[in-house]
Amino acid sequence: MDTVLAQMISLITTAVSFGTVIMYGSLGEILTEKSGHLNLGVPGIMYMGGIGGLTGAFLYQTWTAEPVPGVGLVIALLSTLVCSVLGGLIYSFLTVTLRANQNVTGLTLTIFGSGLANFFGGSLSKLAGGVGQISVAVTSSAFRATQHATDSLVTLVSRGAGESGFMRVLSGILDTLDKTVFSYGFMVYLAVVIAIILSRFLNKTSRGLNLRAVGENPATADAAGINVTRYKYLATCTGAAISGLGGLYYVMDYIKGTWANDGNIEALGWLAVALVIFATWKPLRSVWGAYLFGALYWLYNFIPGQSRSMQEIFKMLPYVVTIIVLISVSLRRKRENHPPSSLGLSYFREDR
Amino acid sequence: MIHISKRPDFNRFTGEKKKYNRYAGMLIGVGIRLAALLLSLVVSGVVIYAITKLNPLKVYAEMVSGSFGTSRRVWVWLRDTALLLVIAVGLAPAFKMRFWNIGAEGQVLVGALATSACMIYMGSANIPTPLFLIIMAAASVLAGALWGIVPAVFKARWGTNETLFTLMMNYIAIQLTNFFIPMWEHPKGSNTVGIINAGTKAGWFPEIFGQQYLLNVLIVAVISVLMFFYLKRSKHGYEIAVVGQSENTARYAAMNVKKIIVRTTTLSGAICGLGGFLAVAGADHTVSTGTAGGRGFVAIIVAWLAKFNPIIMALISAMLVFLNKGAIAIASRFNLSNDVSDIIQGIILFFILGSEFFINYRVRITRGKEKEA
Repeated sequence: MDTVLAQMISLITTAVSFGTVIMYGSLGEILTEKSGHLNLGVPGIMYMGGIGGLTGAFLYQTWTAEPVPGVGLVIALLSTLVCSVLGGLIYSFLTVTLRANQNVTGLTLTIFGSGLANFFGGSLSKLAGGVGQISVAVTSSAFRATQHATDSLVTLVSRGAGESGFMRVLSGILDTLDKTVFSYGFMVYLAVVIAIILSRFLNKTSRGLNLRAVGENPATADAAGINVTRYKYLATCTGAAISGLGGLYYVMDYIKGTWANDGNIEALGWLAVALVIFATWKPLRSVWGAYLFGALYWLYNFIPGQSRSMQEIFKMLPYVVTIIVLISVSLRRKRENHPPSSLGLSYFREDR
Repeated sequence: MIHISKRPDFNRFTGEKKKYNRYAGMLIGVGIRLAALLLSLVVSGVVIYAITKLNPLKVYAEMVSGSFGTSRRVWVWLRDTALLLVIAVGLAPAFKMRFWNIGAEGQVLVGALATSACMIYMGSANIPTPLFLIIMAAASVLAGALWGIVPAVFKARWGTNETLFTLMMNYIAIQLTNFFIPMWEHPKGSNTVGIINAGTKAGWFPEIFGQQYLLNVLIVAVISVLMFFYLKRSKHGYEIAVVGQSENTARYAAMNVKKIIVRTTTLSGAICGLGGFLAVAGADHTVSTGTAGGRGFVAIIVAWLAKFNPIIMALISAMLVFLNKGAIAIASRFNLSNDVSDIIQGIILFFILGSEFFINYRVRITRGKEKEA
């Protein structure tokens, strides 16, 4: 019984930390797509965000003798934002101002971003003394500082636990809660907060409504006096910033402040794009969708007695689920589940 | 004030001035693209200098010798160009139809898997080489076609978004590859398939006139020429163009749009699958998740930039493969990482993509107060 519980807890925590990476990616992409721009450069932007944060933290830690975790955190955050917004700017300049094809531009951005990140990742590793040697443990520790809000409560309750069965159960529940809900770095919670803010922004504010209008029908929005270009730029760049945070979370928290040229961020970035569809362009749905993807992806670890081949089949699950969602969305034909109507099309005012 | 207006479509001009306008349009197009290419090389040069503090001209010279220095390098360059080109050629009909098949990566991979399966399970059967090659090619074409037909049917029947569907199919193909690798691994425990039939060379492309990679180039050349005529001169090609311009027009002209979508996408997937055959039997003689190596994505860019013209596709593929090989050469020469090639490739593609705007639109800077019309 205990081992089952322990396994459940371990599955949940793996799912949550894995899900957070793709949640950032997908939240940013939802915002971008709401402006009518399908940015297939998400993996590239996540790469740029990740390497930006890592480089910032690395430079800070090598320049100062005694790095302060908090300062490293701020520097990493800022450099991530700068790098990922830069990626967003490249994309929006090409697709909004120069009206280049969005799919092709996005794919190019992914090639560019992954090249940039792996190049600098490799170079930083060399600077740090060899492959896999780079580590910004100090900054990473700030990212991974856990909250354990219920810690004191747990100890308090468990002290009295010996006395009655009820208290023992209570302490067990609190302990589980502590491990599954309060055991992560702050960025896990930040992602959920961003999702809530984004959801309110899109559904409850007039600017959100304007943005959606731009994504649905830019010509109408233009006629209504909405500055289409500004909305598209802002949505793409803010979206890029959010996606970039996913890369930062991956580097600082998920792989604990190191770098590996293994193409993982790219795979996660595509999963983030998949999650946007799974969530049918709704930020809140992408929260539990992200955790579900995480659980599906790591499920193979918790089912004993499989061959290596079968494990790989299990890893296919998130993609299969996404395809099923994609098909069912198109089957049901509900208007609110559909992508923004002008998704993928560039807007030129003088076009008919 | 900056005023932007659309340039006339020179190809569609009729009447007396047709010839003149057409050439003027072509000239503008070529000029702008060349300017973009030059500009991108300058920017890449600056980036190279910023990273390495080396003279960019020297680096470019190193790239040329890295790609073309020996006859073997030239053949490898030709082989890789052919592989990229065949994928781009495969994608062209789908894109011309505005079917965003970004699943080439997966289609190549399943083609490669089918080829490898044939090589592994039939390699010891002593089938004569030409027949064996045909069997493998057929298997890879079938696998690729299967990967193409699934999203196409859903697109045609229910309008399921094909961009995202094909993207997901890539990952299913990758996981499928991971599924087979432990079954085929050689030597045991290496988690790689290793060189298939290293001793017997069964299923390997034979040398033609002493050239190992000539067959790759020939196959791709034939496919490209066929595709050129298929798109330009056949009834199917015409239907693809009409569906791409407007599905409603096609329906009005009594074309069976669903059938055209499924047929074209299946063809597209089949040719990409054949790319997997070339990659395994003609080049790598092994299979891994990196067999497609991002070519499926790069080929999209190639097909799009060339406006689906196979000759221009060949030129762009040749350039991109040269950049890639050259960058890898300078990376090893100056002790950098190979990823530098992706950076340079990205910069150059950004510029070429951006330049399309100046081909399609005319930008005029009007001084002073603008007169409102």
